[in-house]
Amino acid sequence: MALSGMRGLSVFISDIRNCQNKEQERLRVDKELGNVRTRFKNEKGLTPYEKKKYVWKMLYIYMLGYDVDFGHMEAVSLISAPKYPEKQVGYIVTSCLLNENHDFLRLAINTVRTDIIGRNETFQCLALTMVGNIGGREFAESLAPDVQKLLISSSCRPLVRKKAALCLLRLYRKNPDVVNVDGWADRMAQLLDERDLGVLTSSMSLLVALVSNDHDSYWSCLPKCVKILKHLARNQDIPQEYTYYGIPSPWLQVKTMRALQYFPTIEDPTTRRSLFEVLQRILMGTDVVKNVNKNNASHAVLFEALALVMHLDAEKEMMSQCVALLGKFIAVREPNIRYLGLENMTRMLMVTDVQDIIKRHQAQIITSLKDPDISIRRRALDLLYGMCDVSNAKDIVEELLQYLSTAEFAMREELSLKAAILAEKFAPDLSWYVDVILQLIDKAGDFVSDDIWFRVVQFVTNNEDLQSYAAIKAREYLDKPAIHETMVKVSAYLLGEFGHLLARRPGYSAKELFKIIHEKLPAVSTSTIPILLSTYAKILMHTQPPDQELQNQIWGIFNKYESCIDVEIQQRAVEYLALSKKGAALVDILAEMPKFPERQSALIKKAEDTEADTAEQSAIKLRAQQQSSNALVLTDQRPVNGTPSSNQLTLVKVPTTSSYPDSTDQELSQTNGTLNKVDSSFPAPDLLGDLLGPLAIEGPPSFTAPASQNMTAEVDGFPNAVEAGAIVPVGKQANSVQPIGNISERFLALCMKDSGVLYEDPYIQIGIKAEWRAHLGRLVLFLGNKNTSPLVSVKATILPPSNLKMELSLVPETIPPRAQVQCPLEIINLHPSRDVAVLDFSYKFGNDLVNVKLRLPAVFNKFLQPISISAEEFFPQWRSLSGPPLKLQEVVRGVKPLLLLEMANLFNSLRLMVCPGLDPNPNNLVASTTFYSESTQAMLCLVRIETDPADRTQLRMTVASGDPTVTFELKEFIKEQLISIPAPQPPTPPSAAPPVGHPMVTTPPAFTDPGAMLAGLL
Amino acid sequence: MIHFVLLISRQGKVRLTKWYSPYSQKERSKDLLDLPYYGTCSGLLSFFKKVMRELSGMILNRAPKLCNFVEWRGLKAVYKRYASLYFCLCIDQEDNELEILEIIHHYVEILDRYFGSVCELDLIFNFHKAYYILDELLIAGELQESSKKTVARLIAAQDSLVETAKEQASSISNIIAQATK
Repeated sequence: MALSGMRGLSVFISDIRNCQNKEQERLRVDKELGNVRTRFKNEKGLTPYEKKKYVWKMLYIYMLGYDVDFGHMEAVSLISAPKYPEKQVGYIVTSCLLNENHDFLRLAINTVRTDIIGRNETFQCLALTMVGNIGGREFAESLAPDVQKLLISSSCRPLVRKKAALCLLRLYRKNPDVVNVDGWADRMAQLLDERDLGVLTSSMSLLVALVSNDHDSYWSCLPKCVKILKHLARNQDIPQEYTYYGIPSPWLQVKTMRALQYFPTIEDPTTRRSLFEVLQRILMGTDVVKNVNKNNASHAVLFEALALVMHLDAEKEMMSQCVALLGKFIAVREPNIRYLGLENMTRMLMVTDVQDIIKRHQAQIITSLKDPDISIRRRALDLLYGMCDVSNAKDIVEELLQYLSTAEFAMREELSLKAAILAEKFAPDLSWYVDVILQLIDKAGDFVSDDIWFRVVQFVTNNEDLQSYAAIKAREYLDKPAIHETMVKVSAYLLGEFGHLLARRPGYSAKELFKIIHEKLPAVSTSTIPILLSTYAKILMHTQPPDQELQNQIWGIFNKYESCIDVEIQQRAVEYLALSKKGAALVDILAEMPKFPERQSALIKKAEDTEADTAEQSAIKLRAQQQSSNALVLTDQRPVNGTPSSNQLTLVKVPTTSSYPDSTDQELSQTNGTLNKVDSSFPAPDLLGDLLGPLAIEGPPSFTAPASQNMTAEVDGFPNAVEAGAIVPVGKQANSVQPIGNISERFLALCMKDSGVLYEDPYIQIGIKAEWRAHLGRLVLFLGNKNTSPLVSVKATILPPSNLKMELSLVPETIPPRAQVQCPLEIINLHPSRDVAVLDFSYKFGNDLVNVKLRLPAVFNKFLQPISISAEEFFPQWRSLSGPPLKLQEVVRGVKPLLLLEMANLFNSLRLMVCPGLDPNPNNLVASTTFYSESTQAMLCLVRIETDPADRTQLRMTVASGDPTVTFELKEFIKEQLISIPAPQPPTPPSAAPPVGHPMVTTPPAFTDPGAMLAGLL
Repeated sequence: MIHFVLLISRQGKVRLTKWYSPYSQKERSKDLLDLPYYGTCSGLLSFFKKVMRELSGMILNRAPKLCNFVEWRGLKAVYKRYASLYFCLCIDQEDNELEILEIIHHYVEILDRYFGSVCELDLIFNFHKAYYILDELLIAGELQESSKKTVARLIAAQDSLVETAKEQASSISNIIAQATK
């Protein structure tokens, strides 16, 4: 079929097709390019038809993979042609040849705008299509309002509006800050009433993008989506042309269900019920049919329905129905369905309570690991990795190891990494872990990174009962004829360190070990030789009294390498030789390696990092995040930190008490049963797993201050309750006296400043004045009797958290009428923690016994000292604190929206000194401060906040300091502040914050009149 | 969303490409963008070429009767072979694969209806038509129209616009020719 009227182009295409080889093709293309270039040069003589023809030729040549570096201007200029045929070519070729950053594109903006706001709808379509495909920032800036107008215009025909919807989607997706969608919720809701399914499909795509960014504004769209879905599923009013193989627009169904997945939940029971009816119908009513397209379309809908059911946390019955369906899918022959079954089963793992049902399919999944299709094998691997836990780790890891020998190269790296991670995370016993890693090195040495074998060495070094076992294993592998070089490294290291433990066994004498290791030396690379030399030195050291023959042999080797060109080898050879001649000193210097400090596994970290990288705006991921943030508020979420050893292998058998403060609190609050909120400072379980788990960091200081533990027990979890902002009645003696003002707000205000009222009721006012210096603090309580009769049985006890040492001076039992008593309270900050001290205060007035528990504003930020830091100081520090646990990063969502200036003020009032100008990005904020405690002394802390001007409810925070606990606590502290900023409290100007330089006020003027006292305090 | 559309022949010749993701600098953190990209036109071209080479290598080497999805650089390619042509759409990991697979079929059906049992040659010589039709189907990497009838109607309207313009042009040139006789 020849091109109508464009003979030249057809001829050119035929010529290309007739080329015998690549060279001929290139010659033909070059000739054509030369021709086009000359024709464009004397542009005057070109007819529109010729221009069109040449521009098409350019696109064709570009498509063939040749560089076309001219003529872009001609393509763009066709856009402004008055006639449709030229304009059409101009738009299409431009959108293929140029990308959004191209300068020429800017030249076209005005023409494009004229076309969009003009009356010619065919021109509008062309312009919208191009902007929708390649429109960049400048297009968004100048066109977005016009496009929005077209989308909602009642006079535009559907063909224009559906394009406008997707064009807007593009502009919004690329530049959410430029496109103003405030108040669009109503518009979107109206658009969802659209009867034209083309417009509706496009609008639904737009809605998906909008709700994925901000679902809160679009609640009104939710019931409409359910309605659309209902109509589609029941095939009501769906024009014939919109059914696809008998299925009412499967695409629209999928999109609608996608949009619904961005809403965290559906609260309205009627909507929920009718949605579940539809979903149930889809789940049950999808049959496998002969026609492949019908099958695909109906299963596209079915899989989306499954995803939505998972998202909505349906009843258990429906969930098990889903798992049953997926179980069926992973066993079918049709590869697409099997692939999707595995993929969705992996997603299903995030749903609680179904893991056990999924585990029943383990055998079937393992079969898929041997499928001829790599895509399916990948899914199976992912699923096995995700479903692995302590109970099935042995089976799964062994299966992975077995598969490793036959797997293609493309998968080996991933496989071995996953096997290593699972072995480390879920090892039922450590010798098994050693077995697995050694097998891994044996089977896929090329893919075993240094991290993996370093890790096994750390484990063996830190666990004495493992050492001789590992040495025997190493020896066994060395007996094999051909082993991987990594295996030589591990074995040599292990035998050098621990071979002497087995010296009495046959075949393990120093001589024999040396011989078998030394056999490998000629074949290894320079990176392994230093390890072997160290091993020799160790062997020599362990041979006491020295065996003359062995010694001579090893000295000979050292001698030989003394002149080695590799510096590392040379240095070791020289040093070992010199040392080994020193006799006894050798024993000291080459003594066994000390235990390694606990640290987070580089592997697990790597795995977590890659997971974080891919955290985009997928509905499923969002859901995962929502789940973990739920953990902050819900009490029924059992924290994992209580049983860290079960899901992460303990490097050294550390008592799990390191995380006791949290777990005790948690337990108390649960057994006590009076609480409906858990301490909001409670980090999400995954964080705990990371940071407090014994593997994670060098065990968070496990000060087990028994006194405070008892205290905590006494208060029965009160700190939590107080945190929730309530006065807690003690026993049956309900407080009949109501406080004046909001206690919680007063406390929050005092967190930001140093004097004010802590509590007030009709009889008493408790004021506070505080002074802070480094890790010390002095807080004076002003107890003022507001009445004309005395307050009796006054009692004040401090319930300090474990991190604070607090001493309250004696509180008199009686406060005379209209008198004020001052009680100084000395505070020492022992170590970093955000735990809050509580003042248990009670008094009697007449027959009323009043008892309140008040949080004291001796909080984390009081021990901060703002410090200004210059760029020269900041960057080296920032870089030297390179990563967790010293530097932590987190994306915080649900932040109270603040302007940057407001946030800077907040930070300053928290004693985090904002350092302007350090970060080149004006949307970021850098702050520095010093944290003081007895254990850490002065600790410089650096904070960086990266805000998103388009979405002020989220930001990324990076906190760094020289101490892992400080970093973590500070990060959590800032997070709490950002998420719940006390609204009525305008941040205090920074100058008021630093208490340095002020003398310690020990005896503030006494007030006798409550009114005067108030004035003095405020 | 659909990142790009790729039509390749069994020999690996490109028959159509359409990109919906602008691969700008700031998005380079994604796996896909580890590939070199220079911001210039030729840099972009070499980036595209590399993408196509990698992807077509993977797809063309797949045995028949495997599934229609290939995971690639953090993205997913959904492909289907029709006679000698492979249609391939590259999407995000979490997109609905089957939906995309049927977009391919939908496109093929529309092409088939337009050309009357379409073959590779039709698409080679009328590659511009394939672009027009694709533009009526997808914008911004999303499906804009799922009715074959509507797409056919719109394409026919475009064709007639072009036809009319041509007739006008030729009648004008006839008048000019006669006047200058």
